Amino acid sequence: MLIFVQIVLVISVLLVSIALMRGGSNARHLAIRRVLLVIFGISAIFSVFFPTVVSAAATTLGIGRGTDLVLYATLVCFFVFMATTYQRFRHAENSLTKLARRIALDEAVDPQQRRSSPK
Amino acid sequence: MFNEAKVVGDVIRGLLPQFPNIVCVDDGSSDGSQAVANAAGAVVVQHPINLGQGAALQTGLEYALQDPHTACVITFDADGQHRVEDARDMALRVLAGEADVILGSRFLDRRTKLSRMKRLVLKTAALQSRLATGMNLTDAHNGLRAFNRNVASAIHLTQNRMAHASELVHQLAAMKVNWKEQPVEIIYTDYSKSKGQSLLNSVNILAELLFR
Repeated sequence: MLIFVQIVLVISVLLVSIALMRGGSNARHLAIRRVLLVIFGISAIFSVFFPTVVSAAATTLGIGRGTDLVLYATLVCFFVFMATTYQRFRHAENSLTKLARRIALDEAVDPQQRRSSPK
Repeated sequence: MFNEAKVVGDVIRGLLPQFPNIVCVDDGSSDGSQAVANAAGAVVVQHPINLGQGAALQTGLEYALQDPHTACVITFDADGQHRVEDARDMALRVLAGEADVILGSRFLDRRTKLSRMKRLVLKTAALQSRLATGMNLTDAHNGLRAFNRNVASAIHLTQNRMAHASELVHQLAAMKVNWKEQPVEIIYTDYSKSKGQSLLNSVNILAELLFR
């Protein structure tokens, strides 16, 4: 049972990461991130007030302790966060590059002018 | 160029007799390289911030193509590790229409002296490029290249840092260009060795390619 949960966890991490790393519409990704964040927040609050329920859920899944279940969930969230942040970082970097290149080209001497009037 | 004030002046003065139009892309240097390059007679196109070698290459190509008279673009490293004669031969071959792209390779003759480890890394990179693109390359990370106008305007590098070399090969393969290699010598001076790519950088290249 434990191995089954582990496999599901690993596959879900990989799938979500890949889905979020492959382009796609930004608004949709933002929505997915927010939904995941809300789910994570609610379950975190829930686990504070009803630790026994979490433990029971963990036992049902064959993980053993509720703490372990929370740990696995945190890991999943962490990887999703890493993947999406990396993706956003790449996008930001691309925009920055284009902006910097535009400035560089605009500030440089026009090659045709330079050709007609060599210094 | 990025902080190459010591050498870039000599590199440009060496090139000028053969190549009257030199674009030097400054990648946010802080050591006055811009003034040195400008005084030596190159056009300096200045990135406001440091972006990386791939980004600088793309900027240089775009600047050179702004001039409608540009028929051939050569990329030449600012640290003086390439030979002007090699660049001239490559330009002549492109202008003669022998190929759309001429890529420099340090493994086609015995001129370039390399450490065994570096040779192994570069050969592995070339092998990876061959397997991934089917182009029979012998040296995938050589900065000396010659493009004709059509190919130069079709290149769009998005990998700002080191992975641009592999990205470039992939784009050339996708374009199905007529390409050839030219034996070139890489001059490893103490200066270029001190600035050059550490072998650890191959880890970065791999990571950038895998997670693009």
